[in-house]
Parts: sequence; structure tokens; C-alpha cells
Amino acid sequence: MPAQSIWTLLSWGPDGWSDDIASGVLVTIVLALATLPIGLTIGFFVAFAKQHEEPSLRLAANIYTTVFRGLPELVTLFLFFFGMPLLLQYVVRLFNPNATIDVNSFIAGMIVLSLIFSSYASEVFLSAFRAIPKGQYEGGYAIGLAKWQTMRLIILPQLIRIAFPGLENCWLSLLKDTSLVSVVNLAETLRQSGVAARVTKHAFLFYSVAALIFLALAILSSIATGHILRHLVRRAVR
Amino acid sequence: MSVSQAIVVDKPPPLARGWQRARIVGYALVGIWILFGLGIVAYLVYAWNPEFFARYAPAYLQGLGTTLSLVSISMVLGAIFSLPVAYGRMSKNWILSGLAYCYVYFFRGTPLLVQTYLVYYGVGSFRPELEAAGLWWFFREAFYCGVFAFSLNTAAYQAEILRGAIESVPRGQWEGAASLGLHKLQTLRKVILPQAIIVALRPYGNELILMIKASAIVAIITVYDLMGNAKLAYAKSFDIQAYIWVAIVYLVMVEILRHGVEWIERRITVHLHR
Repeated sequence: MPAQSIWTLLSWGPDGWSDDIASGVLVTIVLALATLPIGLTIGFFVAFAKQHEEPSLRLAANIYTTVFRGLPELVTLFLFFFGMPLLLQYVVRLFNPNATIDVNSFIAGMIVLSLIFSSYASEVFLSAFRAIPKGQYEGGYAIGLAKWQTMRLIILPQLIRIAFPGLENCWLSLLKDTSLVSVVNLAETLRQSGVAARVTKHAFLFYSVAALIFLALAILSSIATGHILRHLVRRAVR
Repeated sequence: MSVSQAIVVDKPPPLARGWQRARIVGYALVGIWILFGLGIVAYLVYAWNPEFFARYAPAYLQGLGTTLSLVSISMVLGAIFSLPVAYGRMSKNWILSGLAYCYVYFFRGTPLLVQTYLVYYGVGSFRPELEAAGLWWFFREAFYCGVFAFSLNTAAYQAEILRGAIESVPRGQWEGAASLGLHKLQTLRKVILPQAIIVALRPYGNELILMIKASAIVAIITVYDLMGNAKLAYAKSFDIQAYIWVAIVYLVMVEILRHGVEWIERRITVHLHR
């Protein structure tokens, strides 16, 4: 094999690896964006349960965060990736004895990242809930809004504004955690760079590329969140 | 008579409907958790395999030792290396502070897994140069590479913790100490740090917990830590209890640490509670 220059290796097309890595970056972004709404929703409800007056709800929510914040991300991922097919197979075989189940690594990654993201986001939401004075709820009830209307129209807009900086941190760690899913063979940024590194024997080059891509994604998202934050603040002032 | 009756009548009804629904949902969720826990216990009892246990329990114990030594060495090295980085971040010299900022941004902005690969596979690919420099023995060992990557990573986080804690102490404390004739190092040691430790304790505890959790990824670069042994046990036996046991060990470890940090925090803030 003739020695290729690094510019050939990094070019777009059959000789270069840029197209392969770009498809990996796309998978990373899609995975993170697909996890975000699920994680935010679960995180909100977990936080809601944590500050509820009903002790059993609080207990259930606290167990949730203790478990998913206490387990290493990798262990959770392997437990789901290897354990979920067994469990599903057991359940499905009760109805259809010949069924076999395979878990898609994208879906497994999405579920695991949602669980982890939501348990961290719930802490952020919880502190935001605590920052909202009781009078806001009472004001809502006093003008005749129902409980869920008060939540949606009065509490939620303030909650998002208070929780936003914390959620930004959660999003950045979510973006980094997507790299773990490469371990169960999802063809995302790190996996693709690893393949390129192994084939071309330019490990340092391609892992540096992967690192720079993650850095670029982090910078891009902080620019984007800066815009959203300014928008939220402007709406608050008006 | 009529007044007391009016008071009785005006009392709000004791049970609201929403409370009932919340209670049903809460009991159901707790019930699901109990079922889930019982299910795992039942599975472990049902799948109890003395042979599996005899074969892998010593390996798990050894892996636990590897994990703990990896984390403790990295934490200490990271703490030492975080001092110059934190100094650079707080420095007025823009070159120093810029360098420190880039260092911190790089290590906090990229995944630890990428950093570990970069050290183990990336630096390891320069074998001739490393051999010439006499450093190959270090970068050949996956364990040392893990320690190297983890130390650099945690140094970035610890530098930020340190900086935040020192900057949380008001300026007047520095000025007061200076007016008493203490020089800078004495001020730092006797006035600033005792107050900064209270602020820094919880973030340091969280960083330790994060490191223990993150240490599982060295299993991917062939270090036989706790997770590495679980992977090995699963690859040999295809028994999911390999991962369930390791999950329990990690969970217990993290919970002990979390409660330990809370206990220490209560102890060192006794003078702040009235």
C-alpha cells in the first residue's frame, strides 16, 4: 500500500474518510436530538413527582434518579442492550414460541441516554420548581385556572427560563455520552473514526478528528443555546 | 352557637380529588419499583449458579481493586495537575489564562472515551518515537494509558472546581489578611482555603462519583477493572447476571460515597448551623 498523505485520507470520496465520518456525525446528532424531547419530558415528570406532597410519588421518583445516576452509563447501556432482548423474548414467547428479538443499537442507545439524561434533568427541573414562589400557584388558582392550566400557563414558562442554563449542561453531557453507544456498534462519529483509524493505521489523526468534531458540536450548541437564552430573556422582559 | 357552626361549615373538604389520583399513581409507581426489585432478586435466586460465582467472584474482587486504584491514582494526580491549571485560569496574564482556558475547554468538551482512545490507540501508534524516547513501557500498558487520560480529564474539572471555590471567597478576606501582614501563600492556606473547602466539598464528591462511574470505560481498552471482568464473564458465559452483579456493586459504591460526602458536609458546616 502506498503511503497516502493525510489530505487524501481526509478527503471526501472513495479514498478519503470524510464522507464516512460525516455520516457518523449525522447519526450522533440525530441520536442526541431524538433523545432530547423524551429525556426532557421524563425529567419534567420526575421532577414534578419529586416536589409533590404525596410521599409515595416522591419515593418512586427518588428511586428513579438514585438508580440511573448511580449506575455507570456503560453498565446501563450493556444491561439494556443485552438484557432487554432476553426479557422481551421471554414475554413474547408466551404468545409466539418461535419469535426472536434483536434490539437495534440506536433504539437501545436512545432509551439508555433518555434514562440518564432525564435523571440529571430532573434535578435541574427540581431546583427550578423550588425557585418558583408559592404565590404563583395561588395566583393561578385565584383567577380560576385549573391545576394543569396553572402548570402550563404560569409555572412552565418560568420553569423553562430558570432551568435553561442547567439543561444546557445536561445537553452537553448528553452529546458526549452518545459516544458510548459506539461500543454496541452504532455507526456514529467515534465508531466511524475508529474504523478509519484501524484501516489506515493513522489512529492519532482520526481520533483527533473525532475529538475536534465533538468540540465543534459543543461550540455550535453553545452558540445555539446562547440565542435561545437571549430569546427567553427578551420574552421575560416584555 | 351560629358562629361556631359557620366555622365548621366553611372548612374546606378534607380530601381533594387530585390528591387521590396522585396517591394512586404514586402507589402504582412504587409498586412497579418493588416488583422490579423483586424480579431482579428472584432472577438472581433462580439463576443462582455456584460455579459461576466461584469462578468469577474472585475476578470481580480483583477488578474492584483495579477500579479503585485507577480512580484514586487519577484523582490524586488530577488534583496535583489541577493546581497550575487553576492558577492559569485565575491569572491576569492573558497567555496563561488563554492556555488554561483551552485546556479546560478541550477536556470538558470532548467525551472521555475519545480522550482515552486518543491516548491508548493514538499516542500508542507512535511506537518507534516512543521507544526512542524511552516512554513505550508507559504507553504500552492500557492501565497506565487509562490513568493518564483520566488524570488529564479530571484535572480540567478539578481546576474549575478549585477556581470556583477560591473565587467564591469574598475579596475582603484577601484584603483583611493582607492588612494583618500575611503574605499571599499564608492567606491562601490559613484564610481562603478553609472557607473554599466548604464550597468545594460537594463538587469534589460529585467529581469522585463521576470518575468511579466513568472508570467503567477503561474496560473497552482491555483493562480488567470491575466492568472489564463483567465483560469477560459475559463473553464466556452469556449470562446476564454478570452485568446485574456489577451494576449492584457500582450502585452500592456510589451510594456509600454520596452519603459519605453528605456526612462530611454536615460535620464541617456545624459552625454555620444555628
